[in-house]
Amino acid sequence: MSDFFFARSQMAMSLAFHIVFAALGIGMPLLMVMAEAAYLRTGKPVYLELGKRWAKGTAILFAVGAVSGTVLAFELGLLWPGFMGKAGAIIGMPFSLEGFAFFTEAIFIGVYLYGRSRLPPLLHWLAGVVVAVSGILSGIFVVTANAWMNAPAGFRFVNGQFTDIDPVAAMFNRASFHEILHMTLAAFVATGFAVAAVHAFFLLRNPGSLFHRSALSLALAMACISIPLQILSGDLSAHAVGRLQPAKLAAMEALYRTQEGAPLLVGGLPDDATRTTDYALVIPHGLSLLLADDASARVAGLEEYPRKDWPNVRMVHWSFDLMVLSGFAMLALAGWSGWIWWRRPLVADHPWLLRALVAAGPLGFVAIEAGWVVTEVGRQPWIIYNVMRTEDAVTPMPGIAIPFFAFTLLYVFLALVVAGLLRRQFLEPAGAVSESSSV
Amino acid sequence: MFALAITASLLLSLILYALMGGADFGGGMWDLLAAGPRATRQRQLIAKSIAPIWEANHVWLILAVVVLFTGFPTGFAAMMTALNIPITGMLIGIVVRGSAFIFRNYDSRSEAVQRHWSLAFGATSILTPFLQGMILGALATGRIRVLNGLVTTGFFAGWLTLFALACGVLALGLFAFLAATYLTLDAKDQPDLQNDFRLRAIWSGVVLVPVGGVVFLTARQGAPEMFHGLTRWWAPLLFGATGLCGLGALGALWRRQFAAARVAAAGQVTLILVGWSLAQYPNLVTPDVTVANACAPDATLRLLVLALAAGALVLLPSLIYLFRLFKGNRRH
Repeated sequence: MSDFFFARSQMAMSLAFHIVFAALGIGMPLLMVMAEAAYLRTGKPVYLELGKRWAKGTAILFAVGAVSGTVLAFELGLLWPGFMGKAGAIIGMPFSLEGFAFFTEAIFIGVYLYGRSRLPPLLHWLAGVVVAVSGILSGIFVVTANAWMNAPAGFRFVNGQFTDIDPVAAMFNRASFHEILHMTLAAFVATGFAVAAVHAFFLLRNPGSLFHRSALSLALAMACISIPLQILSGDLSAHAVGRLQPAKLAAMEALYRTQEGAPLLVGGLPDDATRTTDYALVIPHGLSLLLADDASARVAGLEEYPRKDWPNVRMVHWSFDLMVLSGFAMLALAGWSGWIWWRRPLVADHPWLLRALVAAGPLGFVAIEAGWVVTEVGRQPWIIYNVMRTEDAVTPMPGIAIPFFAFTLLYVFLALVVAGLLRRQFLEPAGAVSESSSV
Repeated sequence: MFALAITASLLLSLILYALMGGADFGGGMWDLLAAGPRATRQRQLIAKSIAPIWEANHVWLILAVVVLFTGFPTGFAAMMTALNIPITGMLIGIVVRGSAFIFRNYDSRSEAVQRHWSLAFGATSILTPFLQGMILGALATGRIRVLNGLVTTGFFAGWLTLFALACGVLALGLFAFLAATYLTLDAKDQPDLQNDFRLRAIWSGVVLVPVGGVVFLTARQGAPEMFHGLTRWWAPLLFGATGLCGLGALGALWRRQFAAARVAAAGQVTLILVGWSLAQYPNLVTPDVTVANACAPDATLRLLVLALAAGALVLLPSLIYLFRLFKGNRRH
């Protein structure tokens, strides 16, 4: 296997690892300040306890997210110097802004975690709000840079050189809005369902626990509000991809032939050689309807594009289906939870719903990972869509397999440790939460 | 003009990284070297002084790297290619160090578990700044050659030289010295610990003298352009000021004037980095990559200056607040 393969694998692995912490780093602070707000408003000690417990989880996740994010900032150059050397001037700006947003987040997470005994309650809560807001902003800026790779703007490309660079136009490229919206909501969906699953799990063992009941209701509120919005934003994203990157959309839908009244294909076995997708669930005219609100609308298939410009169709199509499936499963679960809440406000007393919530815990992250595979693998073979090919950006460094395996082992190990530590945070009996500053 | 402003802000980020993040690394070294009857209390003091601020301290590096790749994209690409190996090593150090520190805080209190995380934290607190010193040193050696934006000297040039190794050791010494000096202030309620760190600061400060000498001497062969830079008219002034700061820090430590020692030690580290950058300027990667030939177009630089100014308006008050909250003179 080539160094190019390992460079792509290392980048993919680093992103796949970091995105989990990044998403939790956006979602957890919001939960944390929600709990503390509930405490400030009601004075119920259970919310204080909950806020502290979630803050501890946030501290661990934030630290690992910070270091894995540092790695990514360097990997952009370590693995893709051809890309950064040319594109740094165009998309460095959102990264710089992200640097400041992340800095603010790091400062105030210190204030929040260790300042509880030194600050008046309201100021302490506000420090948490700053963490939550700057976390969202960090995410927005980074996603902007990715959006530019998908919908490059703000330059002219002449004889292999970028000229007339306009970093502002690059930031406000045509993919920014839908990618930002989709990823920010994804962070709330994934965090909400994952945290709800943890507390549902403990409620099944210990149905009376006020602590886990309060936790479940807050996490579920976040999950159930964000998932329907996320489905809508997904629709928006699909339309945008259809306009901006029709080849990617064709791969997502495993559509080889250009058709009027294109069907929606779910699953199946796309075959590049025969240009057919067998065994799929076919919804006639579905794709045309979804994209154009017109059952006979024409949708471009992969055959419109040179074979060498196709992404890996199977990977993109299956990942897309996995993401959509996870999304709708979570939507159904949110509907069920909402229904029960409407009928009698005790989701926590419904063991089957609790079991379903436990099972659905990872779905938000499955959807995030699958969604990024769609975005990134679907952009291939381009690192800058229709401008620069990924293979032209890779480092000349040989032996990339070594850092790939080193980082993979390291990250697997870290993931195991983090999982163990988080488990311990929640297994500690309620009341045993100590003030962080007594470390 | 804009390029100069970006270069200055890069230098400022590096200085602040050294003064804050560097002291964190030093804390890790003293954690590893904690010894004697008060070893456990030394470790506790270190952990307590670092915990609220270490995340923020290390963002200076992220800021430096994003400013570098926005302002000097081709320079960044060349550095990341030629120094791929030590930079990868540094990243592994950063990941292990940060994780071990937070795991130690939240993992079980059992002696064995804590010892493992401490060891990982301490060892990477040495490895990481050592590699950082080597990386900065390598840029000055003149052995990394770049033609048309492509590195032509492979992946081992520069950083395996005596000069780069000496720079690595210098970074270790400076950070250990800084950390011990800062810790004397954090230990103000515990006179025995304060004296432990006072002695450590004095020792490491004394060791810095021969280490600095070795860096200077190896520069003659190992980084000739930089050596030449260090013999320009301003050099004696700078050496004098640096030496005064160093002596002042040692004298203040000796006389237990710890607040003054902190200022002098920080001044010394700042002057060393300023001197290094003056001798290096206008090269980013000596001799082929310069501020002028690696900088982004004006449109980018202008915006970046604006962003840095706006960012600083948010950042500096927040940072001052953080440090006042946890490092202020208020008793807790």
